[in-house]
Amino acid sequence: MLWKFRRQKVAMASLVVVLLLYLVAILAEFLAPYDVDMTRPQYTYAPPQGISLFVTTPDGGWRFLPHASGYKIVVDQEAMRRTFVVDPEQIIPIGLFVTGQSYKLWGLFESNLHFIGPTNPADTVYLLGSDRIGRDVFSRLIYGTRISMSIGLAGVVISLALGVFLGGISGYYGGAVDTAIQRLVEVVSAMPTIPLWMGLAAAIPLTWPPGLVYFTVTAIVSLLGWTSLAREVRGRFFALREEDFVTAARLDGSSEMRLIFRHMLPSITSHLLAMVTLAVPAMIIAETSLSFLGIGLKPPVVSWGVLLQDAQNLRAIANAPWLPARASRRAP
Amino acid sequence: MLGFILKRVLYMIPTLFGMSLVSFFIIQLPPGDFLTSLISAIADSGKSLDSATVAKLTAQYGLDQPFYVQYWKWISGILFRGDFGWSFDWGQPVSRLIWDRMGITLFVSVLSLILIWAVALPIGIYSAVKRYSIGDHIFTLLGFIGLAIPTFIMALVLMYVSYKFLGQNVGGLFSPEYQDAPWSLGKLWDLCLHLWIPIVVIATNSTAALIRVMRANLSDELNKPYVVTARAKGLKEFTLIMRYPVRIALNPFISTIGWVLPALISGVTITAIVLNLPMAGPLLLRALVSQDMYLAGAFILLMSVLTLVGMLISDILLAVLDPRIRLQ
Repeated sequence: MLWKFRRQKVAMASLVVVLLLYLVAILAEFLAPYDVDMTRPQYTYAPPQGISLFVTTPDGGWRFLPHASGYKIVVDQEAMRRTFVVDPEQIIPIGLFVTGQSYKLWGLFESNLHFIGPTNPADTVYLLGSDRIGRDVFSRLIYGTRISMSIGLAGVVISLALGVFLGGISGYYGGAVDTAIQRLVEVVSAMPTIPLWMGLAAAIPLTWPPGLVYFTVTAIVSLLGWTSLAREVRGRFFALREEDFVTAARLDGSSEMRLIFRHMLPSITSHLLAMVTLAVPAMIIAETSLSFLGIGLKPPVVSWGVLLQDAQNLRAIANAPWLPARASRRAP
Repeated sequence: MLGFILKRVLYMIPTLFGMSLVSFFIIQLPPGDFLTSLISAIADSGKSLDSATVAKLTAQYGLDQPFYVQYWKWISGILFRGDFGWSFDWGQPVSRLIWDRMGITLFVSVLSLILIWAVALPIGIYSAVKRYSIGDHIFTLLGFIGLAIPTFIMALVLMYVSYKFLGQNVGGLFSPEYQDAPWSLGKLWDLCLHLWIPIVVIATNSTAALIRVMRANLSDELNKPYVVTARAKGLKEFTLIMRYPVRIALNPFISTIGWVLPALISGVTITAIVLNLPMAGPLLLRALVSQDMYLAGAFILLMSVLTLVGMLISDILLAVLDPRIRLQ
């Protein structure tokens, strides 16, 4: 009982995290302080600025004013290089629901309201630092959520369709069809996934537009999930075929289509749902790995893998807050 | 027993055939072939390939022929002559390039598998016997963290840690001073210093799942009447658990090799790329990107075969362990 309760709690917490992540993906333009491609050459490799909630007033007291600290440029005499140091003396007030760069939410609604950002649009705030050409890592992370999370979802939909279709035929008809499909499942599931994906992803021509590449990567990633689904659906269908309610429906003259989709499939929905949820993180990791290797999505598309690719140092890893999120997603 | 093994090997043949088809299909996928990239590479260097040579190469590799003819040329070369084709990128026969790297890949995979078992077995038993204890919860948590962190991030983090705090240079398998040195104790130690990162990285990913499997199976066994009987007869708890329920719970544990191995090989591939180890991974990536099709095909095929052989071994182990399977 205790175990059940704990599991429920973990599951609930994970669900909340996942929903929040999808919310971030949906509202990316609104949540990000800056546009993905906004570059500021004067701030390259700026370190992250922390947020403080209070400032000290001249008389020694405290005043509530959320702010980030500005930068001081220090010239490293030895390396003759400019480095940025966070300077607590400079105060850049930040606030919620501030006006900033204008954007079009989902390409439809024009607005310049940002969830978080500097109160004065002329200031710059790099909450998680900036990259090679002065782009805001925080904003890019938020935009990357959109691609990475949607690939997981789209990939699952594809593998669900494939798995239910092939597993369904296999289990419903049995015989030679079943044997053929089972062999196929066996071959695909026994092949090591990463080399297989690498082979498929490397075949994507460099000249393809980003949209097509996105779709292809999704399709490749979804190749992983369908085998286990197909096997599961087949097993269930084998058992269901003999059930009384299916026989009754058949004797009532239901067509095969109706039999499968109206009677058999609904009785395994909850099970399928559980399996599908477990497949989502695997697909997100798959996309991230491929893009990280440089054969998945490529810039200008922004996904977590693409972001990691040009930041193969620890700062990017420490700043990637999706690690704990991923951990809790797998937990249920 | 021999009959059982023979049957298993026979079963492998259609799967093997399917895998070789898939491998060949993958290396055929990119538009154009290595010849187009060869011609453009030569054109880049200012020279041009005369059409007679092109025609000769085309005929030699059957590039103008349909899929099944090309496939037959490829697979018959491998099966009958051990000839994996020619690597255009390296200008060497593929078979000369792959065996070292496949050897190290196999070596690291096996070491990781041993580590996975060595860690998962005792923890699984502990977690099952002391269910819901603090230790059980801690191991579960650690396991899930290991499961959830992508392999390459793990590799990057460990690389950073060992560079920063242990002062070690971790790329590759050897430090520069040992690279070409003959084998010695120092070199062996150096190898161990470099090898622990990939092995830990690869193992972490699958350990959690195996702990879960062991825990679940053993928990089911622990409440069975035979355990109660043995306990009532005064057997020592440790002897009791090790001798009876653990042996039964070991079955699913062993058969997990079937799905741990593909994951393991995947992990090895990506870890090798991140850490730049002289294994199959980096070469495969390079071959794929430069459309060096025979080299890429050989790697994908051999990795698949490795998985299949692993499954065969797990089947045989199971049969040795459990007479019910052997005598089926």
